[in-house]
Amino acid sequence: MKPGDDIPDQSAGTRPQDLCANRTEWLRGAGGSSDVVMSSRVRLARNLAGFPFMPKADRTAREQILRLCRRQIESARIAPRLMWIDLHTASKAERNLLVERQLISRPHAKGRLSNGSGSSGEPRAVAVGLPDEQIAISVNEEDHLRIQVIRSGLDLSEAYRIADRTDDAIEAGIEYAYSPRFGYLTACPTNVGTGARFSVMLHLPGLVMTGEFEKVKNAADDMGLAVRGFYGEGSEAVGDFFQLSNQVTLGRTEQQLLEEMQDEVVPRVVEYERGARDILLGKRRRRAEDEIFRALGTLRSARLLSVEEAMNLLSRVRLGVTLRLIDDVELEAVGRLLLMIQNAHLEQIRPAGPAERHAARADLVREALAGGGE
Amino acid sequence: MLCDRCGEREATVHDTGVSGGQVHETHLCEQCAQELGVSAANGGVISGLITPGVLFAPVQGAARAASLRCEHCGLTFAEFRRSGLMGCAGCYEAFEHRLIPLLERAHEGGIQHRGKVPRRALSSSRMRRAGHDIDEGPSLAERIEALRRALDEAVRAEAYEKAARIRDELYHLSDPEAGREDEP
Repeated sequence: MKPGDDIPDQSAGTRPQDLCANRTEWLRGAGGSSDVVMSSRVRLARNLAGFPFMPKADRTAREQILRLCRRQIESARIAPRLMWIDLHTASKAERNLLVERQLISRPHAKGRLSNGSGSSGEPRAVAVGLPDEQIAISVNEEDHLRIQVIRSGLDLSEAYRIADRTDDAIEAGIEYAYSPRFGYLTACPTNVGTGARFSVMLHLPGLVMTGEFEKVKNAADDMGLAVRGFYGEGSEAVGDFFQLSNQVTLGRTEQQLLEEMQDEVVPRVVEYERGARDILLGKRRRRAEDEIFRALGTLRSARLLSVEEAMNLLSRVRLGVTLRLIDDVELEAVGRLLLMIQNAHLEQIRPAGPAERHAARADLVREALAGGGE
Repeated sequence: MLCDRCGEREATVHDTGVSGGQVHETHLCEQCAQELGVSAANGGVISGLITPGVLFAPVQGAARAASLRCEHCGLTFAEFRRSGLMGCAGCYEAFEHRLIPLLERAHEGGIQHRGKVPRRALSSSRMRRAGHDIDEGPSLAERIEALRRALDEAVRAEAYEKAARIRDELYHLSDPEAGREDEP
């Protein structure tokens, strides 16, 4: 690392578990509107010309695609360093760790396509850009290539700039499946055209606590946007965290799709959420404070914690930090805990086995939040 | 009511569609519907996008659609309907006519790509053009952009015939090799 780079090189090694000690960009708690917007993500779906798409790709084709992509990604110098992980040989724990870090999707971890076919032995991989894990390129997912860039806060433009540059660097050595009429051709026609998905992870405790969330969700549905849980498609919303993304990918430019999210949709949701938080701080102050400080108290005292309970309590604490009601906990520390309490991460930090995991989680959280003098 | 196709089993899947200004009613039994890839029990992403009467055309149309096959990878349209996934890039060409109503619905009317063009595609169309075109005048990208703006204006002014002409021009300009007839 050059001196002056703002993200220190934590010397992440070569295995997924080495990432545990790494400081991932999207949990920094920085960036625009970070009180509400946890992170921004851009994903570009691409396929190689001349190869069948995944549903029709046999093992030989998959292996060829994997080799071609690996060679090009490694020579494209897309990040200071690169960690290449073959998912078909990785352990389940390693794959889960990557899912928790949002580096791969759950179906990619299992080797499954959206139609349910496939298995965990299918040749496939992910290339992770280090040191900050901003760039993650999945190979042989539902499409041959899925280029993902995640940044902290509301920062879709910079995320897209990086994704676009990465895309160019890969295309320099690989010909993409493309048609002038339908654009970038994807396995699922719902991604065709730009192949671009712009999403934001939102923290909306204000709207949930004031009972206004359903209205916002309905408005998003009407606008043709998808609302999902913490881990994307098919996941439950836990701890008031929601992912919002565009569904349309064809007929509009990347810039139009980006601007719609970045300048219209997200600012409006942020405004609603802040309005709801004002209500909590106004006429419902005592009740809101009670909920927030009880959550902090529980996290500082509990001896057993499930993932779900911990996430719900951390969500309240995050609210307390952004409202400046809690002044001895950093936003980034809450972000880090949200990740470290997940099963695969916890197992790495404090190997305990499933039976003892609730105890290990409670110990980890208690120690991380200690020193507040409750 | 008996199935329109086999005339033997009870029809359980019903659909009304409009084509050529006429209303068509179609009634199929579960088995025929499934064979034609138009079963209501398909489930999955794509079925959710299909408006009754759009992809589920009159019986002959549906039968023809189901037997459509991509010559590159062998995927049939019926298989695509079941899985929601294409088998290769060639499928987009093979199923183009059946795909457009579906894309229109999934992408809020979008059926023409307007985004990024890979550098290779751009430079290869420039090279093809260079044979009979001196390096004067607007570049291909600029001409495409101008046409796209004209298309937007025509749609806003509800001048749909003009819009259709511009769209065709755009299509052929974007792909000089696309000159084939629409229907086989």
